[in-house]
Amino acid sequence: MTTLTAATRTKVLQRQGSAVALVLVVAVSWLVFPRFGSLDNLRDLALQGSFLAVIALGMTFVIITGGIDLSVGSVYALGGVLAAWGSQYGFLVALALPLVVCAGIGLVNGLLIARTNMAPFIVTLASLLFARGLLLAITDEGATTYQIPPDSAFVELGRGTVFGFGYPIFVAAALCLLGGVVLNRTSSGQNVFATGGAEQSAILMGVPVARTKIGVYTASGTLAGLAGALTAAYLQSGVTVIGVGTELDAIAVVVIGGTLLTGGTGMVLGTVIGVGLIKVIQNVINQIGTLDSNYQSVVSGVFLLVVVVLQRVLRR
Amino acid sequence: MTLTATRTRWLQDNGVYVAVVALLLFNAVFTANFLTLGNFRTQLVQAAPVLIVALGMALVIGTEGVDLSVGAVMALAAAIIPLYLGAGPVPAVLMALVAGLVAGLFNGFLVAKVGIQPIVATLALLVGGRGLALVIANGQLVQLHDPAFLALGTGDVLGIPISVLIAVVLAVAVAALTNRTTFGRQLVAVGGNRRAAALAGLPVNRVLIGVYTICGVLAAVSGVLATSRLGAGDPADMGLLMELSAITAVVVGGTPLTGGKVRVLGTVTGVVLMQLVRATLIKHDLPDSIAQMIQAAIIVAAVYVARERR
Repeated sequence: MTTLTAATRTKVLQRQGSAVALVLVVAVSWLVFPRFGSLDNLRDLALQGSFLAVIALGMTFVIITGGIDLSVGSVYALGGVLAAWGSQYGFLVALALPLVVCAGIGLVNGLLIARTNMAPFIVTLASLLFARGLLLAITDEGATTYQIPPDSAFVELGRGTVFGFGYPIFVAAALCLLGGVVLNRTSSGQNVFATGGAEQSAILMGVPVARTKIGVYTASGTLAGLAGALTAAYLQSGVTVIGVGTELDAIAVVVIGGTLLTGGTGMVLGTVIGVGLIKVIQNVINQIGTLDSNYQSVVSGVFLLVVVVLQRVLRR
Repeated sequence: MTLTATRTRWLQDNGVYVAVVALLLFNAVFTANFLTLGNFRTQLVQAAPVLIVALGMALVIGTEGVDLSVGAVMALAAAIIPLYLGAGPVPAVLMALVAGLVAGLFNGFLVAKVGIQPIVATLALLVGGRGLALVIANGQLVQLHDPAFLALGTGDVLGIPISVLIAVVLAVAVAALTNRTTFGRQLVAVGGNRRAAALAGLPVNRVLIGVYTICGVLAAVSGVLATSRLGAGDPADMGLLMELSAITAVVVGGTPLTGGKVRVLGTVTGVVLMQLVRATLIKHDLPDSIAQMIQAAIIVAAVYVARERR
């Protein structure tokens, strides 16, 4: 009986570890930094986190199937540039163009991975280069930054607010909610888990493994493109230099959230908590004005390490 | 085995060499000033740091791992050199190599003893390592003036650049290590099937820690040479995205990401191929955008040809 409760406790800790950490970090920050708890700061925090959350949502699905998507950082930047370029033709083009192109890149990723037995790491590494190259090609080698007309309705998508909270926060929240429901309550979600858990068995059981893989990579590309479009709307321009290394941020928050890179298990809520943790830590480091901003990445790295080591130790 | 199958198999194994020869021929005919000593020298000097990192990466990939931290380790080396250069070039280089050693040991420990997946274990150092390097260097680029140290990156021995010589020596050493030593056999066995290797009594943990340590030290060597060639410690840009270049070269060279096989000559050729591709595109004035897309296509094509059939 004691072993059972110990096991249960470990399991709870494993599942809720990052949530507990988030609550602790928030509580401490709130007490130590008076400005942390201000509504303005929290709104800003949520907004900054929302872009990463949209990208990491797609990454969660990909990683649960046992894959990885390194292209999302480049695709994110490409989505922003396409949205800014498209905004001169109106709201619909600005939104649809990045989604369609980035979904296309994701689809090609998925097709190559599912149909040709090539490693996801390599395929998406190639599309990382390709998407960045495409971005450079449409921006005169990065020299042109497309501006979004300030009176464009598209700007409202990034800068509009409800009770001071930006629209991207609601978009991210709605998508994560939808993602959680799809993952846990639909047969497609079950297919995602089955594909990552034991691919051969899944194939034998009749799970549409290839279709599932194509689906998750397409979703990941689309979401990265959407995040780029939202960012462009918020910044009112298609900044060409963003997104370098964003794929690693996304992977880190997914892992911190308890999704295993081996595939087969994972949860959307964990990813959201992971985003929260990273963003709160970055925010706190910014609050300590005297601290070199380079400490941000040091702390993020150490934090990632602590989380994965703890996960590993608890799983034993 | 039918003739087509044999031919496919041959192409799988030797495609990268064919590609290099084809590209050399193309350039010899179509690129002005390609067949000059100066040009070959430039290409080799540019390829040397990537090659040194790729050698370590090939060993790591042979164990079914990956090391994302190599670029960060190069940045650490770049940050440490200026700190100790006052005491002379030898202590400075040694300290940089020690940093690489420690980083590699750390990665190896996480992978072997703690059992964390290589991507995540080395991702932590990728994220934190460059930050640490920037903290050490106060975020500054530091100009270096020690002539003995700068000679490492710019000097010659018998007309061959020192950095290229070091790269060649290291390539031979790594080839000997994989093909002629027990450690090399164990490495491939661990990569092929870790459980079976453990059950067969191989020192799996020691092999893994050793491989990551070698990779860390090689990354530091590369960081030292690149810093010397640049004439400045630049932790912000040193080795940026090097992990991707190195992995690309290794995979294009025919070492599968699934482990169990290390092709050192293939890796060298992979580095040369990617360098030649870049040089060809630059010499024909193709913009960076097209160059990146072509590189993407080459990676996919190379891996497609070499992939194992289901």
